Amino acid sequence: MIRIFKWGYLSLILALIYLPIAVLIVNSFNAAKYGNKWGGFSLQWYQKLFNNDALIEAALNSLTVSIVAASVATVIGTLAAVALHRYDFKGKGLLSSMVFVAMLTPEIVMAIALLIVFITLGISLGFVSLVIAHITFCLPFVIIAVYSRIKDFDMRMLSAAKDLGANELRTFWEVILPLILPAVLSGWLLSFTLSLDDVIVSAFVTGPSYEILPLKVYSMVKVGVSPEVNAISTLLLGISLVLVVVSQLLIKKDH
Amino acid sequence: MTSPRPLLSLQGLSKTFGSSRVLNQFDMTIYDGEFFTLLGPSGCGKTTILNMIAGLETSDTGSILLDGQDITGIPAEQRPVNTVFQSYALFPHMTVFDNVAFGLRMAKVAKAEIPARVREALEMVKLNHLADRKPAQLSGGQQQRVAIARAVVNRPKLLLLDESLSALDYKLRQQMQIELKRLQRQLGITFIYVTHDQEEALSMSDRVVVMNNGRVQQLGSPREIYENPANLFVARFIGEINQLRGEVVSVESDHTYEVKVEGLQWQLQANHNFTPGTKVHVLLRPEDLRITYIDEDHKDQFLTGTVVERSYKGSTLDSLIRLESGIELTTSEFFNEDDPSFDYRPNQKVAVNWVPGWEVVLPVLQEDDQ
Repeated sequence: MIRIFKWGYLSLILALIYLPIAVLIVNSFNAAKYGNKWGGFSLQWYQKLFNNDALIEAALNSLTVSIVAASVATVIGTLAAVALHRYDFKGKGLLSSMVFVAMLTPEIVMAIALLIVFITLGISLGFVSLVIAHITFCLPFVIIAVYSRIKDFDMRMLSAAKDLGANELRTFWEVILPLILPAVLSGWLLSFTLSLDDVIVSAFVTGPSYEILPLKVYSMVKVGVSPEVNAISTLLLGISLVLVVVSQLLIKKDH
Repeated sequence: MTSPRPLLSLQGLSKTFGSSRVLNQFDMTIYDGEFFTLLGPSGCGKTTILNMIAGLETSDTGSILLDGQDITGIPAEQRPVNTVFQSYALFPHMTVFDNVAFGLRMAKVAKAEIPARVREALEMVKLNHLADRKPAQLSGGQQQRVAIARAVVNRPKLLLLDESLSALDYKLRQQMQIELKRLQRQLGITFIYVTHDQEEALSMSDRVVVMNNGRVQQLGSPREIYENPANLFVARFIGEINQLRGEVVSVESDHTYEVKVEGLQWQLQANHNFTPGTKVHVLLRPEDLRITYIDEDHKDQFLTGTVVERSYKGSTLDSLIRLESGIELTTSEFFNEDDPSFDYRPNQKVAVNWVPGWEVVLPVLQEDDQ
């Protein structure tokens, strides 16, 4: 009896989480235009999607922004985490608590704040403003991911590297980086995903000249869910899954 | 023997952390090829000195000369000095081979030469068969050996060892002590060893410096330090010691005094100059004390007391004896099954004396009672 209940409960939860996604994937291959009946298997929506230049352009824009923002945030965040751990400097405590503040700030607040900054500095809204904004909200996640790895370090290992003749740069390159690499990669992936599906901040800081996928999809579904949206969502899901698997394999290989 | 060549000279090193002075005008000369040990309780400044020699810490004042060259301002990575760290500090992502090769790669040794040099270093610590393992797959003793191989592969002028054996268990530690000594002779490198373990210090070193609160308490061979401690701190820190109070009655000759201890007069040897009336400490090692039956005719030649406890330690038999004055003495005798004198029972009254001349007599200083 308990067994049945347990399995029922588990299935319900899994269904709640994955059923909508499954429906979306199935419908992206559904020949019928409306999702309430199966019209046979078809790739026509994918075909249509690839012929929809505006949507493809938005998707490529999104990928560009996400890759650039995630990469820059990872470099800055990794160095920041190393600095927070290794060096003592004035305002270190303040800086490390600001990381959490930045992470906990409601997105809408950050969006407005960034918008004000861009307008004040005269940065035109588009690719540059988007990348800067995305770096800003990704940064704390990278710092925390890397810092939590680096803080378990035996500091004497770094002394040992120095003692054996490695300068700061080589110590970082040969000892610190290989050891924090899994955290750096997971920081990058987290940033990439956060950046790829961000709507709120992006909506504020991008201009009409530079459209990105989440905003494009958002504006498309306002007039009804088109099967093309299902198709592009399925593709995004596929990319995310591949990335997750790759990152897991990388982390596993390291241990 | 030719007079030893000074290799390292520490001159007037001082260091203050916040409000606490860790090191105070520390001077020391270390000779080429010797096994030198810095011994002291934690916080005595010994690790700070080691880090300064390695270049991992800076001194507030003073200078460090290696082979006559001032290296005070040279960063750690450029000093011909290597360290074996307390926690080994091996690189966990590298194999044993890569760990040992690290120093060679940093020194830009020719690529073709590296494998042979690494193998040579690993051979020295008998670990060649484990070259492909990661540190996590090694036992504590093996990791220790890798750390040593990694530190000697660059053929430093000076090898620093920071409490390097303290993480090993007793048996392994003893084995490594012998091996370290062998390695030091084989390599001919000067070793500077830091420890709080007096047994390690005594068994391996050519010279030992005993430190407390950032100051030198005594410098000498292990034997000098054990047999002739310069002050009460050294006497208490190195091995077990019994402490009696006495008063100089008269001066017999140079370094020989009549001293009143526990109500009896004894003729004692001392390296210090005393005048009659001086209060002194009379220090006795447990193994220098002898227990006998009470002999009524020679009562004035023995301390008398009661056996409180007897404990069998394998090679020795230790006793705790309470003198009539209430002072307790620890004695340690080599076990001899044929000797009936080992038959003392707790609560039995016994007589105690010691081999004349084996006592250590030190003046009573004000700070001793603190």
